[in-house]
Amino acid sequence: MGNRFDSVQAVRDGLKKVNYLADEGIASVAFLADRLGKPVLVEGPAGTGKTQLAKSIADLIGARLIRLQCYEGLDESKALYEWNYKKQLLRIQADKNSDSWSEVHDDIFSEEFLLTRPLLEAIRADDPVVLLIDEVDRVEVETEALLLEILSEYQVSIPEMGTITAKQIPLVFLTSNNTRELSEALKRRCLYLHVDYPDMDREKEIVLAKVDGITEHLADQIARIVRSIRQLDLKKAPSVSETIDWARTLMLLGIEHIDAEQAKETLHILLKYQTDIAKAAKELSSDK
Amino acid sequence: MLDLMSGFVAELRNAGLPVSLTENLDAMEAIKQIPLEDREAFKWALGATLVKNAAHWRAFETVFEVYFSLRGPEYALKDDEDAGDFWREMQDQMRQGEGKGGAGAMDSLTQEELMSLLMRALMDGDQAMMRALAKQAVQRFAGMEPGRPVGGTYYLYRTLRNLDLDNMMSKIDQAKADDGQMPQTDLERRLENDEMQHRIEQFKQEIEAEIRRRLVADRGAEAMAKTLRKPLPEDVEFMHASRDEMQNLKKALYPLTRKLAARLARKRRHGRKGPLDFRNTVRHSLNYGGVPAEPKFKYPRPAKPELMVVADISGSVAAFARFTLMLVYAIQGQFSKVRSFVFIDGLDEVTDYFKVTEDITEAIHRVNTEADVVWVDGHSDYGHAFEVFWERYGKDVGPKTTVLLLGDARNNYHAAQSWVVREMKHRARHVYWLNPEPRSYWNTGDSIVGEYGSHTDGVYECRNLRQLEAFVEKLA
Repeated sequence: MGNRFDSVQAVRDGLKKVNYLADEGIASVAFLADRLGKPVLVEGPAGTGKTQLAKSIADLIGARLIRLQCYEGLDESKALYEWNYKKQLLRIQADKNSDSWSEVHDDIFSEEFLLTRPLLEAIRADDPVVLLIDEVDRVEVETEALLLEILSEYQVSIPEMGTITAKQIPLVFLTSNNTRELSEALKRRCLYLHVDYPDMDREKEIVLAKVDGITEHLADQIARIVRSIRQLDLKKAPSVSETIDWARTLMLLGIEHIDAEQAKETLHILLKYQTDIAKAAKELSSDK
Repeated sequence: MLDLMSGFVAELRNAGLPVSLTENLDAMEAIKQIPLEDREAFKWALGATLVKNAAHWRAFETVFEVYFSLRGPEYALKDDEDAGDFWREMQDQMRQGEGKGGAGAMDSLTQEELMSLLMRALMDGDQAMMRALAKQAVQRFAGMEPGRPVGGTYYLYRTLRNLDLDNMMSKIDQAKADDGQMPQTDLERRLENDEMQHRIEQFKQEIEAEIRRRLVADRGAEAMAKTLRKPLPEDVEFMHASRDEMQNLKKALYPLTRKLAARLARKRRHGRKGPLDFRNTVRHSLNYGGVPAEPKFKYPRPAKPELMVVADISGSVAAFARFTLMLVYAIQGQFSKVRSFVFIDGLDEVTDYFKVTEDITEAIHRVNTEADVVWVDGHSDYGHAFEVFWERYGKDVGPKTTVLLLGDARNNYHAAQSWVVREMKHRARHVYWLNPEPRSYWNTGDSIVGEYGSHTDGVYECRNLRQLEAFVEKLA
């Protein structure tokens, strides 16, 4: 299949270059996805860099990112392809008398009248592409079936035109926030990657990489505090993106060293529920 | 390799993971692409192809460890030479580092010296040292003998008892104070504590892994995997869950409620056809010049049920009641009203605890500490509790109400008063009984679930999250 990457380590180093700090698991699965030509299903809590992974991979191999945002009610005409009815109508009216019916019929179901949607576009692309199917858990179970053909065979069947097969096998990433169990059929076709909150050291590195001019000391402190907060029993634990936001805020405020007061005042950037904030503030000020 | 792989996959299936044939083939294909000496990548390759659910990851890791990482001569129980070498090296380095002279291998170390080494390693976060110490600790304290039919937990207990890790925290604190490195502010102290606890936890895992390694070397992978097999989080029984399992259950509960709420909301909105809505159709026909081109339908909106939860919170079934309450309140948007009552031999309404706070855990905590549920002796008395319920709140039970009774119906041979349940059934829409005991235990000893059950719409066995989830979905 594909040979975009030489080794797992190469993926890891490459991702680091585009400012995405992957752990061993992420790099291994991305490497395998390329070698086996299989889509990757990325699952995990919100804000842990699932979507960013696809973007960074696209960045790394210099491919175009095609994104399909899923939502409830997504259907074929939004995901795969649609016939351009207006144009077809115009075509029929434009030369009412000249052509025979069969000619018109063949004509209006040709590529010219086909509106490609993300999935078909990814299949037909000549240039390298990365296909990102975002938040796939939002579509209904029945709609999932739409994806199955493209995920296993890399082809799309259009009744009027026949089957369109991919010119090259694109890298495909599906993300899910796990609001519902995905169907077995879909899972079976994918490699599975669970992205969790990073451990302290990696989080520190992420903060260092993403926030310009931050000191090692502050980054270390941020990572430690965030880890402590995640251990609490919260409605929504702070995500990596919120950690980065918090680090940026602290930088803007010109804080070099966090004390309990400052942490409490800026907690609302990390946590989005009032009860969570109250709990964390209480925990941070009292030592165990 | 093929043999090993098929054994591995079989064991995964035994542990309850659904591994299909295609996934198995994918795994074979995947490991061809990965250099075998890269253990991490190898593990991830198997994980990505065989495990498709994050909750199953732990089970996978255990099986993986047993099958693939515990090989090698240094783990044999009988000769300690190889293991000793590494240790001795570490030892020498330590000695040189600290400038202490003296010959002698690890065995000559006293327990105090060992402990202080451990403390140093923990304070410095020295991973290699911690690993070596874990090895040494197991060797010295676990007292493992080849072929002895004892589980790993026993050895773990013996090792930990000798190491006395609980006191390690305070000792480290003390040492820090002596060194004059005590952190200044409360926040820093707290962070420091978290860090230390994290490291101690790591050390414990190190010991566990070491014990497993030795056991595998002794007994072989298949036998070992069998003893290590643990139920998946959704299959853990409420009544027998250990503290760790409880933690995992709690973690599993939250995403589950979100899933359940989303599913119920969807169920309510979709897939129901109703009769033609004439008014709406005519109104939309104006768009098409009076032609009713777009028919509109009336979608029935089924009334949301009103829920009354009456839960036994005495000793053995408390955990089950807690989980059910948490689950019910997490999806309370799906019910028009939720009221909750708890009892042991007296009964108290606890609805208000959940109203004043958004935090379910805190509410549960208040239920456990503040609710007035003891009447005489604090042993379950279903009969009296039901009587009180009927007397005080019976008038609130109406045709829209669904009543959930939670408990094992072990009545300590008190009067059953099952007429209350009969009356309830009469007046309420549904009455269900949820029992956390296995079905085979029902109606044995002082359990009279059958007597109560005959008056309800159904008695359900709810031993684990999976069964509870299935019931709640049916309910809403």
